[in-house]
Amino acid sequence: MSETEEKRIKASEIDPKFKYEIAKMHGGEKLMRCFQCGTCTSDCPVARFSETYRPRQIIRMAQLGLRERVLSSDTLWLCAACFTCTDRCPQDVEVASVIRVLRNLAAEKGYVPQVFKEQATSILESGYAYKIPELRIKKRETSGLPPLPKGNPESIRKSLGDVGFLKFLECAGEKK
Amino acid sequence: MSENKNKYLMFLGCAIPYRVSAYEISARKMLQKLGVELVEMPEFNCCGLPLDPVSHEMMLILAARNLALAEQKGLNIITLCPGCAGTLKKVNKILKEDKALREEINKHLKEAGLEFKGTVDAKHLMQVLIEDVGLERIKNSVVKPLTMLKVAEHNGCHILRPKEYIGFDDPEDPKTLKTLIEATGATCLDYMDETECCGAPSVGVSDKVALQLARDKLNHIKMVDAEAMITICPFCHIMYDTNELRIEKMFNETYGIPILHYPQLLGLAMGIKPEELAFNELRVDVSKILKKVTESEN
Repeated sequence: MSETEEKRIKASEIDPKFKYEIAKMHGGEKLMRCFQCGTCTSDCPVARFSETYRPRQIIRMAQLGLRERVLSSDTLWLCAACFTCTDRCPQDVEVASVIRVLRNLAAEKGYVPQVFKEQATSILESGYAYKIPELRIKKRETSGLPPLPKGNPESIRKSLGDVGFLKFLECAGEKK
Repeated sequence: MSENKNKYLMFLGCAIPYRVSAYEISARKMLQKLGVELVEMPEFNCCGLPLDPVSHEMMLILAARNLALAEQKGLNIITLCPGCAGTLKKVNKILKEDKALREEINKHLKEAGLEFKGTVDAKHLMQVLIEDVGLERIKNSVVKPLTMLKVAEHNGCHILRPKEYIGFDDPEDPKTLKTLIEATGATCLDYMDETECCGAPSVGVSDKVALQLARDKLNHIKMVDAEAMITICPFCHIMYDTNELRIEKMFNETYGIPILHYPQLLGLAMGIKPEELAFNELRVDVSKILKKVTESEN
């Protein structure tokens, strides 16, 4: 397939309800206000150095209803969440939050970079997003620091209950 | 909101105990000198920010748990990490304003015997310094003004943006960190794209983009001949301090710009001995600056 053919949008790809689904989610409410001025992309520090990441394009794909294309896109995960786009959008679209909504939807479909799975697992096990080396914990005393507060995995589990992403994590674990 | 402006619940976050202890060591020393009392969290879980991209709901619950724990203690939270501060602030505001969401999140917390009521505040170290400790007390603590140093600041995104939720300083022209740096006697230089992101959140997804962002900033700081960069975020600090040598090799350039945590700078001005401020944990050689400070006569 040539590059132009790959980029061509087919009617069968379009899900007209997708934008309403996003607009119902926290942070996605103002998606429809975007008139594609491009302030987000021109002010985006990541777009400056990435050849593929363009927030305006992601927002347009969401508006058009290109569900599968946008959710499976690797570029979705490049946003650094600096919120420059959100602060500068003349239409008050929470651009970075719309992207977060899309990432959440992508995660539900199983499109998740490994780093997030590792951090989620670590939080469930210890409360901390990273596995803090024993040596570091011991060194605190000699550095004159108070003991590291402990996590409470049982309590964390209880309050997370049946959160969607947990189910996904468990499925991913079973597959191994 | 707790009215106590001299006593806080210390929320360390994950990055600091994992690999940025110099920030914690120097911040605790500095706060002690300023008469700010710290109480440790009775138990801890991540603020939730790292998981917001994959589950907004999980982030809300994790953040609300910490706020609820602080409420039980009746103390406002202080964080050293802008990411934690931004998340706790944002969730505090959202849950206070959105009753339906608050009830939903509280159903989750109830399972663990917790409840979010919205009675405490969460602040970053810098906000505590400027609003609660006050500039006068900080200036009065300086015994060795660092007039011999010219430095540049780097704020970090989440202390400023999104402004609708954070409501601290001016995200387009932030002044607080500059003011705090100048309180030490050092000169704080202006440079291009001061509010630009360090790139840390893109590490692991695209190291190439992340390192180019960090390099961009180092370049701009070098252009104004700053002798050091001053940060107030563990992630920004890792991004520059840990990667500076890597960037120098990758692009065949030389920067040699030490990256200091703000409390290390103020600590020096307060007359705390350099060896008590964990300078030995920094990767980029800091000896030139320390020599300049210790050898100066004022």
